[in-house]
Amino acid sequence: MRSPLRPLLPLVVPLALLLAACRDDLPASTLNPAGPQAREIDNLFRPVFWIAVGVFVVVEALIVFAVFRFRRRPGDAANPVQVHGNTRLEIIWTAIPAIILAVIAVPTVRTIFALAETPEDPNLVNVRVIGHQWWWEFQYPELGIVTANEIHLPVDQPVHLEMTSEEPAASGVDKNAIPVAHSFWIPRLAGKQDVLPGRTTRMTIQAEDPGIYLGQCAEFCGLSHANMRLRAIAHTEQDFDAWVRSMRSPAPEPAEGTLEAEGAELFQRFVTPEYPDGFSCLACHTVDGTVGDQVGPNLARYGERETLGAGVFDNTEANLRRWLRDPRAMKPGVVMPDYGLSEEQIDALVAYLMSLGAEDGQ
Amino acid sequence: MATSDAHLGSADHPATATGLDNRKLAMWAFLGSECLFFGALISTFLLYRERVPEGGVRPEDVYDIPFTSVSSFVLLMSSLTMVLALAAIQRGDHRQLRIWLVATAGLGMVFIAGQIFEFTAFIEHGFTMRSSVSGSAFFVLTGFHGAHVTVGILMLLVMAMFSAAGRLTQEHTMRIEMLGLYWHFVDIVWVVIFTLVYLIP
Amino acid sequence: MAVVAAPTRRPWPRRPSATTGFSSWFTTVDHKKIGILYGVTAFFFFLVGGVEALLIRINLAAPTTPEGALIDADTYNQIFTMHGVTMVFFVVMPLGAAFFNYFIPLMIGARDVAFPRLNAFSYWVFLLGGLFVYSGIFLGGLPDGGWFAYAPLSSMEPGARMTFYAIGLQIAGVASLVAAVNFIVTILNLRAPGMSLMRMPVFVWMTLVVQFLLLFSLPILAIGLFQLTFDRAFSSLFFNPTAGGDPVLWQHLFWLFGHPEVYILILPAMGIVSEVLPVFSRKPLFGYAAIVFAGVAIGFIGFGVWAHHMFAVGLGAIANTAFGVSTMIIAVPTGIKIFNWLGTMWRGALTLTTPMLFAIGFVTMFVIGGLSGVTHAVVPADYQQTDTYYVVAHFHYVLFGGAIFGLFSGIYYWWPKFSGRMFNERLGKLHFWIMLIGFNLTFGPMHILGLQGMPRRQYFFSEGLGWDLWNMVSTIGAFTIAVSVLVFMFNAVRSLAAGERATADPWDARTLEWTIPSPPPPHNFDEIPTVHARDELWHRKYSEDRQGRPIPVVAGAAGEAAHGEAHGEAHDDGTGDEHAGQHGFHLPLPSYWPLVAAIGLPLIGYGLMFHWVFLAAGTATLLAGLYGWMLEPLE
Repeated sequence: MRSPLRPLLPLVVPLALLLAACRDDLPASTLNPAGPQAREIDNLFRPVFWIAVGVFVVVEALIVFAVFRFRRRPGDAANPVQVHGNTRLEIIWTAIPAIILAVIAVPTVRTIFALAETPEDPNLVNVRVIGHQWWWEFQYPELGIVTANEIHLPVDQPVHLEMTSEEPAASGVDKNAIPVAHSFWIPRLAGKQDVLPGRTTRMTIQAEDPGIYLGQCAEFCGLSHANMRLRAIAHTEQDFDAWVRSMRSPAPEPAEGTLEAEGAELFQRFVTPEYPDGFSCLACHTVDGTVGDQVGPNLARYGERETLGAGVFDNTEANLRRWLRDPRAMKPGVVMPDYGLSEEQIDALVAYLMSLGAEDGQ
Repeated sequence: MATSDAHLGSADHPATATGLDNRKLAMWAFLGSECLFFGALISTFLLYRERVPEGGVRPEDVYDIPFTSVSSFVLLMSSLTMVLALAAIQRGDHRQLRIWLVATAGLGMVFIAGQIFEFTAFIEHGFTMRSSVSGSAFFVLTGFHGAHVTVGILMLLVMAMFSAAGRLTQEHTMRIEMLGLYWHFVDIVWVVIFTLVYLIP
Repeated sequence: MAVVAAPTRRPWPRRPSATTGFSSWFTTVDHKKIGILYGVTAFFFFLVGGVEALLIRINLAAPTTPEGALIDADTYNQIFTMHGVTMVFFVVMPLGAAFFNYFIPLMIGARDVAFPRLNAFSYWVFLLGGLFVYSGIFLGGLPDGGWFAYAPLSSMEPGARMTFYAIGLQIAGVASLVAAVNFIVTILNLRAPGMSLMRMPVFVWMTLVVQFLLLFSLPILAIGLFQLTFDRAFSSLFFNPTAGGDPVLWQHLFWLFGHPEVYILILPAMGIVSEVLPVFSRKPLFGYAAIVFAGVAIGFIGFGVWAHHMFAVGLGAIANTAFGVSTMIIAVPTGIKIFNWLGTMWRGALTLTTPMLFAIGFVTMFVIGGLSGVTHAVVPADYQQTDTYYVVAHFHYVLFGGAIFGLFSGIYYWWPKFSGRMFNERLGKLHFWIMLIGFNLTFGPMHILGLQGMPRRQYFFSEGLGWDLWNMVSTIGAFTIAVSVLVFMFNAVRSLAAGERATADPWDARTLEWTIPSPPPPHNFDEIPTVHARDELWHRKYSEDRQGRPIPVVAGAAGEAAHGEAHGEAHDDGTGDEHAGQHGFHLPLPSYWPLVAAIGLPLIGYGLMFHWVFLAAGTATLLAGLYGWMLEPLE
């Protein structure tokens, strides 16, 4: 026939695509590890992947070869020998996959146990992660601070996460969120771990370099599951300590008479046609970076947040304005409704919120 | 139980390749499935038995073991009467068949009455399907068992009525045998439930 | 058979007798007609599920914003949920059932299944279960909690949608469970004389394993669904986390069913491929015993791997290790089948007909799906892969590239037998190639997307993540698949309308169904065959020379007449038996009651959800149906 390599031709295109796809520079890619946990997984996956590719090439080549080689030709008697089996061959092709799997199992089991350990490191940072519909709460119990949706880490230090899913009871708010299963996933730092109501799950993450690492909820959790993102922001140790200190300090009062001051007042109490008796952002939110377990995300130092709506929208004035006008138009199903705020009220609130955390020129 | 239309071979052949009657094999297969059904219910209960809110009513607080023991004994006796019913039809004694079928149904009804009485007492004491996770697991497990017993009682009474109307003849022995298998299974499940749920802390 | 000698008969509606005509489809108990009902219904749901898939791919064709998505989040969540529910429960399972129904009795030399009315009941219950779930579209919305409906989202979400899911699947589960009992008895008890278990065709073996998997896994799902239903309808606390309910319990119960379920989905296709490859290689299956034992082993081990769907739940290192290892173990019997199929083709004389192409397609695509499955078994790697498009790629390779391709192989292979017509080969091959290319374009890139961080079940994706190209390719692939399905449908209609008439054995095949006319008469076999060997038909047609090559047997063996010892059909009680013809076959009469009884179930479902009147009506209907069924005369 033709060249014995011909049967491999149909495999060239898929393999080429495969190799082209292994870009290692994407911001949320598991193939672009930026922390020891993700790296350990990557180091295990890559060789296994290539073994699988090898098996794929060999097996598919044999099949394609057989299809070409043993095709019935016109005029062929088509009376092949009626072979029923070959016990020795069958034993060999049972044993070889079993051996390959046994070999793969060893580092697999080792890595399972390695990843399950909490590192014994005096610098370990403990973070309590609480999954809500559809945002993330991060409490740092030993540091006494709380934030939302953006988890700050010091580089090169293990961060131990204790995670659960909760929906605190809300008063005065028509709350329709239910405690459901979520999953915490920052692909460049580690594998994912489910975040479950009524249970605590644990994992360790660590960033090797300062920067931003994108994450997303990875367990379907209802209407706005796709809008439940997060990011990890890794700082040098100095910057991290500075951030912690800034979170502990109370938000400075805006200067009297400014738009920001008006916004601060509205934050405490606003009146709209829909809420003629008045309502308060404080029913669900706080701007105090030491207070947790609120109905809605902690807004301490809001001005330095990168994103809005749990990692989905860039934190710009325009987006914040749209959010305050009608959150549910942007993110379906959120607890926060359209309060009927006027454009002037919105201007003031935007000015106030954006001023939080901006005082030290961050 | 559906009448088998499986007389589809020729008269010269054994009716089945295994020698087992189709309907009997079907009942065994179905009961195999039921083992998993009750297994899942019992596993759920074993997982959940301790899950009662602080100060809430636990199952142990409301159990009346002596009462339930008598109930269990009644159900066990009904298996005996079921065996006697099958023996009766096998030797052609249709009058005795009806007596033992009705006796089995009657003992089953006493068991169910006992269950209802017990559960009413539990509910009055505050142990309900909604009072705790433990309650949910308990009542759904025992409820499904009771439903199975009830279906069995209905079948027993229907068979007794057919017999009284002359529609149950010798060649319907297989139906009684199948019903017996079902009834004994339901009884065995109760023994397991009684042991794991009531007796073992 | 002895006639019931009842002294007095109350007047009773006569059993229907028509076996042709439109209304006969509602009362049929003929396994062949029931098989066709399953097949047509499943295909209809395939089109529905396919449209759902296209809608998903439309939303994911290009990056956008939360507000910019064409289909909004709420609708999308219903669509992806129903795509999964439909394809698993209303397409692949009933397509398997279509083949079991039509071909198991033919392959074992029987005239029907053990319980023909129960068989009809199964079909109607399946249809009504599917319609029940979809009826939600008019009554509050379709289920939207994902096809595996994790609690507490599924148990605490307000509204009716997930109750439709729970009750609808409960109903459909009854259909499969009852059918499992039926086919276990049929396969074990109704085999023709001489057909020992090790002489059964592999398709029959795989079907037997599937029925046991159904028998033991469905009750576990049933309990989960009952608990879910009670939480939703009666405020029980099974999955209520604030009361101490454990959402992980749902996952365990679901996957204890869900994992055997995937073998339920794939084994029939493996059985089909094990029939098709030998026929079109003109060689017996290589290593019959190994394939049978591998199938049985997969059945057993399949109950021991369920928590590999839960590696990220936090069960602990020991549990994760145990399930990782058991999953690697199950890869062995699954893998060796590939080699057995390769060995079948090796040194054969291959004819690349459409069924053969689909069978080869199955093997090549299943290799890929199997290998990605092995990477999932590497537990820490799965911490990255689970809940991403990598998993979506894996299961579509095994369920589409595997099961669907295998089922299409069966459709084309057996098409002449059940339709009596040949299909157009050129169109068939066109279908195959377009589908193969479209399928790989759709799902190949999903491996990459998953590794690049794209999670499942998101109604849109954003710019800047690097996912743009492969999502577009995938969407193009999905529409390519749609084109191939249209080609198939055109071929099907053309064949049924004007295709060349099929002979009994157009493929020169190996098993008993090819000994009877195409399509078979109602009674299947004029005489119940006696079986002397595996691949009984082949051995009647061919003996072997000294090298083991087949040589035709001279005395006219192939074709319509059953060979071997003649068996008298000594039935003389054919009173009122219109279709006995000259042979006096005793065939079960059609019946209304299975359909009547079946109707009771969705009514009970509506009763639990909306108003007790339906509950009463449904129970009455069910009981009336069962009563009529038990009491109707056998002839």
